[in-house]
Amino acid sequence: MTATPIDWLPIVFVGLMGLSFLIYAILDGYDLGVGVLLPLDNQEQRDTMIYSIGPFWDANETWLVMAIGLLLIAFPKAHSIIFQALYLPTALMLAGLILRGVSFDFRTKAPSHDKKKWDLAFKFGSLLATLSQGYMLGRYITSFEDTWLSFGFSALSAICVTAGYCFIGAAWLVMKTEGELQRKAAKWAKYTNVLMAFGIIAVCITNLLIDQQIMDKWLGGIQAILIVPLTFLLGFTFITVHRYLGKVPMENDLGCWLPFLAAILLFILCFCGLGYSFYPYIVPFHLTIFEAASSRESLWFIFVGAAVVLPMIVGYTIFSYKVFWGKTTKLNY
Amino acid sequence: MLDASVIANDTSFMLSRIQFAANISFHILFPTINIALCWVLLFFKIRFNQTQDDSWLRVYRFWVRIFALTFGIGVVSGITMSFQFGTNWPGYMETVGNIAGPLLGYEVMTAFFLEASFLSIMLFGMDRVSNRVHTIATVLVSFGTTLSAFWILSLNSWMHTPAGFEMIDGVAHVTSWLEVIFNPSMPYRFMHMLLASGLTTAFLISGISAYRLIKGDNKKSVKQALNFSVVLAAVLIPIQIFVGDLHGLNTFKNQPAKIAAMEGVWDTETHVPLLLFALPDEETRENHFEVKVPNMASIILTHDSAGEIQGLNSFVDKHPPVAPVFFSFRIMIGVGVLMLLFSWFATYQYVIKKRYPTWLLKAGVAMTFSGWFATLAGWYVTEIGRQPYLVTGVLSTKDAVTTTPPENIVMSLTLYLVIYSFLLIAYIRTLFVMANRAVILEQSNATLTESGSSIEPQVPLTEEGAK
Repeated sequence: MTATPIDWLPIVFVGLMGLSFLIYAILDGYDLGVGVLLPLDNQEQRDTMIYSIGPFWDANETWLVMAIGLLLIAFPKAHSIIFQALYLPTALMLAGLILRGVSFDFRTKAPSHDKKKWDLAFKFGSLLATLSQGYMLGRYITSFEDTWLSFGFSALSAICVTAGYCFIGAAWLVMKTEGELQRKAAKWAKYTNVLMAFGIIAVCITNLLIDQQIMDKWLGGIQAILIVPLTFLLGFTFITVHRYLGKVPMENDLGCWLPFLAAILLFILCFCGLGYSFYPYIVPFHLTIFEAASSRESLWFIFVGAAVVLPMIVGYTIFSYKVFWGKTTKLNY
Repeated sequence: MLDASVIANDTSFMLSRIQFAANISFHILFPTINIALCWVLLFFKIRFNQTQDDSWLRVYRFWVRIFALTFGIGVVSGITMSFQFGTNWPGYMETVGNIAGPLLGYEVMTAFFLEASFLSIMLFGMDRVSNRVHTIATVLVSFGTTLSAFWILSLNSWMHTPAGFEMIDGVAHVTSWLEVIFNPSMPYRFMHMLLASGLTTAFLISGISAYRLIKGDNKKSVKQALNFSVVLAAVLIPIQIFVGDLHGLNTFKNQPAKIAAMEGVWDTETHVPLLLFALPDEETRENHFEVKVPNMASIILTHDSAGEIQGLNSFVDKHPPVAPVFFSFRIMIGVGVLMLLFSWFATYQYVIKKRYPTWLLKAGVAMTFSGWFATLAGWYVTEIGRQPYLVTGVLSTKDAVTTTPPENIVMSLTLYLVIYSFLLIAYIRTLFVMANRAVILEQSNATLTESGSSIEPQVPLTEEGAK
């Protein structure tokens, strides 16, 4: 008998799962961000902001189900450990997601004097969800340790993730709206962009300090050179976007998509950084993807389906974005 | 020390069960409406395409908004469900994850994305895409919701009647996906649920339409919706009774302990009577105050008055709690009978008498949510009836529960209960607000377009347009 070769299925599935989390963070990120940014003093702008995400939020949130589903399907042991450890923040996040999801529909259908209350529920539901997600990410990165350092880091992460979502949300609005709201969105994007930059620096430093293994992975060899271009890319993106935002709107709305594209790039970079830090662990430093993986026959069964269905999903997602392309207008049933 | 942890674990167990029951009971209300409502909307749309009669479009537009609201609540409460496995029932995925995982995965991949992506085109895309594409989007959303029901009911049925697997070191491994997906109770449960959805939707539509009629909303579209829904209910209810009976026979074959609880049979015997009412007592293991029809249970289940039914006493410690199953079953049947009476009488009124008496309309309003009661009662029969197992014969519910401390579960449970009660009230209230608004809002518009060619409505309409 030869030695068992490395099973590639868990690697494929951790890739698929990571991709789903990343797509979720980008897509639901912008609509959560728009929710957090809702201005309490301007009904008309609230309407436009919500119209801008109306056709998309539902499919966006499905990526969360997909990501959590893949974790559940491919790495059931990890799913159990993670969600028992994150029991309360999960419940809070769900409460937030429920509140904002239903407010969307209720706000236009409930008695009109209740509309503002539903908008409030939308805003604070979104905020609760983003804070919880950031907190959960922080707890995950610090291996769910019950130390003050871990809790403090998680609180910081809650704020940074919220800032990140607000940034991508504001960038979305710069792209999808016009006039006063667009100028306002550019201002929001500018502030949250700075906050997010500080957040990323803080997370990077803490991440390196928190565990020797991660430190070695980044700085313990030739790969440390990579840090130079990465830092440049990050810095360049931040500064370019910051300067562009100061000039919104440009003539003919030139480059209104630029901040959103930059936000996507930043999300991808951060995500890959985290992924690199922790691979091959699925529960940091406790459980690897190979130890947590489901049986081969089950993974194979799902893989075949995924190979057929995922391209179709991408296809009709693009179709849906094309149908609602361009600047936001009122949504009519 | 040990005692304390055992007690904490018992409390976590009960709380987790209550939480799961609360979550799934709340969640199922909304898909139950939407699985069928979507097909009904497609019907309205197609009728409009065929007749170009604006009142069909009006019915469509009114109900598509309710569909959107219902869908939104269904989605977010469904997301909550997907987390429950990990947070509260880790043993479930650890034991049968190889089966549950892929089935859930296929639901997300083939159904959820399809529904979610085309929903926005169906809801907001009428002015943005061609009528044809819009109709196709509606078909795809309908297909998606039904497909989603297919996968989740397949998994649920597998938990009742597991097949196509082998246990290796305490973990289930699949031997045949076909047997897993089409396990013995799956076809029956799937049909039973689709029909339940059809009935729930039919009664929702007839209830809200009857309410609008009572409020003086005489638009053609309201009557169209009412007529359609009572006929739909009248057609579906006998089919449902037939399928329900087949489902019962299937359960009798595969889960005899559940049937024994449903029928309140303690000892294995022949010539078993059908209990119309009784108070089952698990302490003394007998029934009080029985009202019965002799031999009837034997006849229904075995088609033989001398047929033998296994009693609860042959499944000691392995049968479900009797009273909840027994009563839920009778509530489901009772609501079903009411549905039959109402829908057949209303159809008679519509077809023969061509008018609905006011008391019948009021009865219709009272039955707006009757489908919810029957569906929930039915699910309680089948799910409580599966206890003490999570997966029949494979995994006990108790063995799957979390080690999360009870305090945490108390907090999350309270949070869910508060949100859910609030949303349920808001949902019901909003439906009637929307109905009231429709009565007033479209009135002027309606008199112009809906009174048809009989008077001269076109004249002011064109003048208005000329200006």
